[in-house]
Amino acid sequence: MALVFLFLYAPIFVLIVFSFNAGTSSSVWKGFSLEWYGKLLSNRLIIQSLSTTLLVSFLATVIATIAGTFAAIGFFAMRRRVREPLMTVNNIPMMNADIVTGVSMCLFFVAFFNGWGAFASWFNTLGLFQLPTRLTMGFGTLLIAHVTFNIPYVILSVGPKLRQMDKNLVDAAQDLGCTWMQAFWKVIIPEIKPGIVSGALTAFTMSIDDFIISYFTAGSSASTLAMTIYGMTKKRVSPQINAISTLLFVTVLTLLAIVNIREARQEKAALRRRT
Amino acid sequence: MKNKLSFFAFPYVVWMALFVVAPILMVVVYAFSSADGGFTFENFTRMGTYAVVFGRSFKLATIATVICVAIGYPVSYMMAKEGLRFQRVAMVLIMLPMWMNFLLRTYSWMTLLENNGLLNQLFQKIGIIALYNSIFGTNLQFFRMINTQGAVVLGMVYNYLPFMILPIYSVIVKLDHSLLEAARDLGANSFHVFQRVILPLSLPGVLSGITMVFVPSVSTFAISTMLGGGTELLLGDLIERQFLGGAYNPQLGAAISLVMMIIVVICMVVMNRFGEGEEQAVML
Repeated sequence: MALVFLFLYAPIFVLIVFSFNAGTSSSVWKGFSLEWYGKLLSNRLIIQSLSTTLLVSFLATVIATIAGTFAAIGFFAMRRRVREPLMTVNNIPMMNADIVTGVSMCLFFVAFFNGWGAFASWFNTLGLFQLPTRLTMGFGTLLIAHVTFNIPYVILSVGPKLRQMDKNLVDAAQDLGCTWMQAFWKVIIPEIKPGIVSGALTAFTMSIDDFIISYFTAGSSASTLAMTIYGMTKKRVSPQINAISTLLFVTVLTLLAIVNIREARQEKAALRRRT
Repeated sequence: MKNKLSFFAFPYVVWMALFVVAPILMVVVYAFSSADGGFTFENFTRMGTYAVVFGRSFKLATIATVICVAIGYPVSYMMAKEGLRFQRVAMVLIMLPMWMNFLLRTYSWMTLLENNGLLNQLFQKIGIIALYNSIFGTNLQFFRMINTQGAVVLGMVYNYLPFMILPIYSVIVKLDHSLLEAARDLGANSFHVFQRVILPLSLPGVLSGITMVFVPSVSTFAISTMLGGGTELLLGDLIERQFLGGAYNPQLGAAISLVMMIIVVICMVVMNRFGEGEEQAVML
């Protein structure tokens, strides 16, 4: 058991220690320095890809959370015979190997752009207004891909909450004079809110963490942090990567600690309310 | 009310048709077409030349999966027997590395496994290399670890071990304790309890763990590029090269992707026969 934890953490520990190394080597200790952190912060490529990652993850999470919540409610209201096949399709991006999802979307985008080019040049001859004839993969396709693989996770965390909800609540609200719009906002949404929140969190982590699907759908104009890191490891070993790892690890650790402390507090508060 | 609400799903159904179903249809179409667009089976017959890659991918992924079961099962079993507090902490500790990007986790092994890396330095210090040399009569300065198949397997195990532990653990921890007591009351010793009760009941967890380790292992390209040094091509590398690398041939890449999809479908069918598979996957 302890060995497993050693196996899991020793490499990360070494990574962190050598991010403070003065030399370029990742195996010979040459003294303490913050050199690599400085280099990291002045590395425009990394800063740029970090902001791309954050932006795409944020936008994808917002879109996927809203779309996924509505979709989950819609699925919930459907008859079983309609819902089951749709849920199967919904599960495809989660179960499929990432590389297949990435490749299939890449093919689709390329084919669509070809078709679009033909359409746009035809349309431009009409002289109404000019459409761009050459579209390429970039931030837009990256965002579409992220939304697509995020929505299933939102649906999967909202769905169970809908099933747990007391169905009489909605009827009661309407009996008491709510329109169904009001019933939706004042009853359903608050009831499933925990599911929405956890779905959004899952979606965000999935987006931040994704490499493979981004790799195939971002084209050459947009690059996420993971893609930049992959490019760096291809060239040669660089302590800057150690520095990124350390910063990310500390960020994750802090976030997890905050979430856990909040949960513990909420549990305590819930206990107090009950007694 | 209910019928009105079902329209909420409409935009997403359109979205799925466009960005999930259509791309997969594209893969199927490409897999059966030649470069100039005609129908052909050539992409599949050409795959024969890559039989070595297929074989290597399956071999390495299988070895990694077996190792993950061998480590993951006892760990999950031991964890489930501990107190609640311990379980919680252990769970967080196992999940934590997964929050770091797998590229970084793989990179950490790149530096460790190098010829003059820390592991080789360690082996030298404690005399393992000298011992090896005296036993086998060789004259090694270091063990060649990076850019080998072993390194790739290690990378797979390191990255995907939590995917094995979590589903097995969640099944074992939910086992009905009265069943174990009943077995004991009926005269089974601990070994028999494990063999006849715990093992069969935890099989769904093992199966979903196997799928969750095997599928990403067999389709990986980053791990094999980083730890295998580009010499140990896997299926994922092959696909990647057909789309983004030098050997541009999306038709062949699509055909290999189609094979990969079939592998996933087979895994899913096996899992669904044992039920519960879906719930396990959702947990992650």
